[in-house]
Amino acid sequence: MVAVLKQVKAGATVDSVDNASHIHIAQVSHHFDTPTGDLAVLDDVSLDIAPGEFVALLGPSGCGKSTLLRLVAGLEPASTGTITQDGQPITRPDPSRIVVFQDPTLFPWRSVWDNVALGLEAQGVLKTERARVDEALQKVGLESFAKSWPHQLSGGMAQRAALARALVNNPKLLILDEPLGKLDSLTRLELQSELVSLWRKNGFSVLLVTHDVEEALFLAERVVIFSQRPARIIAEIEVDQPYPRRRGDTRLANLRHEILNHLGLGKTW
Amino acid sequence: MSASAILNTPLDLASGLATEGEAAKFLPKSSHIPNVALSPPTVAAPAGKRFRFYGFGLFAVIAWGILSGLTLGLPDKAAGFSETWPYSSEFGIAAGVIAALWLLLTVTASFRSLPRRGASGLLERANQSFRYAVPWLVVLPLFLAAWQVLTAKTGVLTPPFFAPPSSLIDAYVNNYERLADSAWNSIKLLLEGILWGALVGFVVGVSIGWSKTLNYWLHPILRLVGPLPPTALLPIAFFFFPSSHSASVFLIALATGFPVAILSWSGVASVNKAYYDVARTLGASEAFLIFRVAIPAALPQVFVGLFMGLGASFVVLIVAEMMGVKSGLGWYLTWAQGYADYVNMYAALLVMTILFSSLISLLFTVRDRLLIWQKGTVKW
Repeated sequence: MVAVLKQVKAGATVDSVDNASHIHIAQVSHHFDTPTGDLAVLDDVSLDIAPGEFVALLGPSGCGKSTLLRLVAGLEPASTGTITQDGQPITRPDPSRIVVFQDPTLFPWRSVWDNVALGLEAQGVLKTERARVDEALQKVGLESFAKSWPHQLSGGMAQRAALARALVNNPKLLILDEPLGKLDSLTRLELQSELVSLWRKNGFSVLLVTHDVEEALFLAERVVIFSQRPARIIAEIEVDQPYPRRRGDTRLANLRHEILNHLGLGKTW
Repeated sequence: MSASAILNTPLDLASGLATEGEAAKFLPKSSHIPNVALSPPTVAAPAGKRFRFYGFGLFAVIAWGILSGLTLGLPDKAAGFSETWPYSSEFGIAAGVIAALWLLLTVTASFRSLPRRGASGLLERANQSFRYAVPWLVVLPLFLAAWQVLTAKTGVLTPPFFAPPSSLIDAYVNNYERLADSAWNSIKLLLEGILWGALVGFVVGVSIGWSKTLNYWLHPILRLVGPLPPTALLPIAFFFFPSSHSASVFLIALATGFPVAILSWSGVASVNKAYYDVARTLGASEAFLIFRVAIPAALPQVFVGLFMGLGASFVVLIVAEMMGVKSGLGWYLTWAQGYADYVNMYAALLVMTILFSSLISLLFTVRDRLLIWQKGTVKW
């Protein structure tokens, strides 16, 4: 029901929600053991991501958003609380939930093609599914760079390759940890539009961490705002604008003002 | 039309021609090639060939000519039992033949033929290599000539400790069987030791880089035993092992294995942790993380270790052969020393130089093949 509502709202062209996950985060708190004692990073976070929904997490630097992503990815277990994917608790990483990090982290000893093929190789299906690699490279427009080495790519191209490496697995949830954070601003705008169209074509759920208010509003259906560490959710903003969005939209500008108010930066408007 | 207008017309024409494109038409085509600007005007030759004398090549011809002339022209100074040094004239003639060869290449390098395939392409490559090598081809014969003069011709450097380069020919002709046999035995012993050392060192290094438990047990042993020079263990090893061969293999392996283990360990331990995160989210198993992430990421470091290990293994090989093994180049050195046959020692040292530097070159070739992804980013 939630999914159907969402589709109507977003106008997404997804046929079904079979290829998207429902993520449920219930009362998750997390802390790190440090030499100076416990460091609380997440404080009672509850969040629901509907299948196919695009949710952006926004908050001050170092507040713990990226930690939440690691928990959802299954790279670490939460100290308390539960996280489920389609009703199943998340205990370890799984190719149905792929993370794209701020750094492309391409393996320098593999060609672009072999980097994209990494997931299929790790899952032992590369021999029969080679076409999927070419397809993923095509999706991000890198088919002519298949044989290049990572050090030969520009920052934007490397991040595209990292996206292809994620997409080749047909993820049900795409976890984006400031994926465009280190790119120059023009490349960033370009890739934002590409992200939207990839999401609308493939229909997976997306959990995006970003520092960029404008980026969150341009991409996400819902923006979740976090406090300083330990991170709590202080507001959730529905972005009720159809896709493809326009950067100059006055409604987005108003929402931006609202978000800056939540972050204590309203005076600079 | 006024007078001034008529006067102006040719000026306008001239300034119109002075645009870049027009001006280029009036310059010789060759001016686009930088180094041609320094050469005399090209002379048109038949069959699409242009002749430009390669004067630099003459320096190589002259230098080898000097070597030949000095060797053949100056009389040998009597040394010890003999009036002349063996193979002196052969050496001089060979230098003369080489000078003639350089003269030939100087002439062919002066013809700039149009690009062609086959035999002509081969000649062109030879000409290119020749142009590249000319500075060395000048310095080398002058060095040999000085050496020949200081030893055979004037006796400033006295026998038996010094011998002219020509006498090396004598050493090789008279002892090639023994020398080849020694070199072959050295290679066998060395490779056996290096292979064991590299293999065990690599496995140990990766293990302690990966497993905390293995690190706990093996790391202190490595830290304790590693810095000990394997040559210090020679007397004990010869006693404990059934043969001097197996003792030497063990010590060469030890010398190779230590740097390989340390650098493999450091390579695996310093792999960017994000690579593991990426691989794990993509569904990688533990084996995948070791063999497809940790080891390829550590490989550049492993090759640094192999390079260091190879150097250490040469030391152990030669010392072991001098101390106990009854064959090999190290043994050959002590054997020649027993007869105060320094010429033969120089001959063996030359073989050793070529052998060891070839092994290092081989290592670099393998590395460049395996680490082709580093091309253009790493230089050593």
